[in-house]
Amino acid sequence: MSPQFVIVAIAILATMGLAVSRAVVGPTVFDRILAANTFGTKTVLLIAVVGYLTGRPDFLDLALVYALINFIGVIAALKFIKFGHFADHRSESNR
Amino acid sequence: MTLALDLVSWACLMLGAAFVVIGGIGLVRMPDFFTRTHPAGLTDTLGAGLILVGLMIESGWSLNLAKLAMILIFLLFTSPTASHALAHAALVSGLKPWTKPGADSEQNRSKP
Repeated sequence: MSPQFVIVAIAILATMGLAVSRAVVGPTVFDRILAANTFGTKTVLLIAVVGYLTGRPDFLDLALVYALINFIGVIAALKFIKFGHFADHRSESNR
Repeated sequence: MTLALDLVSWACLMLGAAFVVIGGIGLVRMPDFFTRTHPAGLTDTLGAGLILVGLMIESGWSLNLAKLAMILIFLLFTSPTASHALAHAALVSGLKPWTKPGADSEQNRSKP
């Protein structure tokens, strides 16, 4: 039951290594966010596959939550780069 | 019957693993940010999709199937959105798409 999961897990780990190398080398900050996004998606897959490898299917909840958080993280990073801050300090002070 | 399902599950998992690695290699080799979004998108949708379908076949009719379907649907909705937001932010911040050095002929320059 498990040999195919080992192969898939190794393939996913290899891709994560490539994504980290792209994140380190990436000239622009957007390459780094792209690499982080790919890394996050592969983490989702790795959690699911390892969950099946070790016979613990409740890992799928972790994978789902991680997919949600990864998406939020990418959008937050983009907003931070686009506007330089997360919330407008002035609007908070005079509200 | 289960042998057939196992074979299909194996095939999906191996194809998914292959596409994931191909996407990873593409992520490193592509010359420019905009060309890199293609392999990144490739791994997000096809690689992840095939691996999750392989796991779905493996789990049969159970709660795991529902959870895997949720993950797959969510990934298929969010990764294109994230890629679009990323490319839009890059374009707005003035990152110009890469053109092949030799192809800067008259025909290309007319494009906006």
